[in-house]
Amino acid sequence: MPRLADPLSLTLAALADPTRRAIVEKLATGEATVNTLAQPLQMSLPGVSKHLKVLQRAGLVVQGRDKQRRPCRLNAQRIQDVAKWAERFKRNWEESFQRLDAYLSEITEKEKQK
Amino acid sequence: MTDTLQHELNLTLPSDREISMTRVFNTPASVLFDVWTKPEHVRKWYGVRQTTVTVCDIDLRVGGAWRWVVTRNGMEVAFSGVFREIDPPRRLQRTEVFEAMPGAESLVTLTFDEKDGQTTLTLNMFFQSKQDRDGALKSGMELGIKECFQKIDDLVATL
Repeated sequence: MPRLADPLSLTLAALADPTRRAIVEKLATGEATVNTLAQPLQMSLPGVSKHLKVLQRAGLVVQGRDKQRRPCRLNAQRIQDVAKWAERFKRNWEESFQRLDAYLSEITEKEKQK
Repeated sequence: MTDTLQHELNLTLPSDREISMTRVFNTPASVLFDVWTKPEHVRKWYGVRQTTVTVCDIDLRVGGAWRWVVTRNGMEVAFSGVFREIDPPRRLQRTEVFEAMPGAESLVTLTFDEKDGQTTLTLNMFFQSKQDRDGALKSGMELGIKECFQKIDDLVATL
């Protein structure tokens, strides 16, 4: 098997570049055309396209078929799945609330001892 | 009274612009109201594991500002807003903005319903758009991604 052929290595290699991470972060807020991606990065269109190809090969980004715009979007299913976001959001709060449970029993004990 | 059972957190998305959570706590409403509105209490519980509350400003009056910052491994996550309604110990309403996504302000309503010494907290977040709501849900995930990027940076630096 050739080096870097497995999906995880491809993903890590694709994300090891700061420009590509900037592209992924931008796409995390919604789909964008190559033009809108190029502007804040102050890069030429071919330059951005080159990075997009790497991200596409890693399966992180897909480009739409709309001939005029060809918008790019994140392909990470787990990032786009609202249910999964909600699950993560919920887990964060669960951790907080577990700490709150522990803290509540602590202050209740202190009250009793007064 | 010691209740070893873990109370379940129930999360629903009642509409495209809302997130709603309910959770029971083994404490009277007055205590639960306090732990949400007094900095010395909030500092003890707010935030996920391995985080520290580094800023907790609460000006508890209608129109008063609040700002909570949690830090993990040097990474800061800040939330802030203004109190809209204060009706202890039953109801608290405040605006909230995740400072990394300014503009996506939500209206958060907390209600505290006490019954038999236990209190059900309902936390409702109402956003201005579905996009903002999804952005808030997604933020937990994005923080994870950013940490992952940081790890990759560190890893790459050692290569």
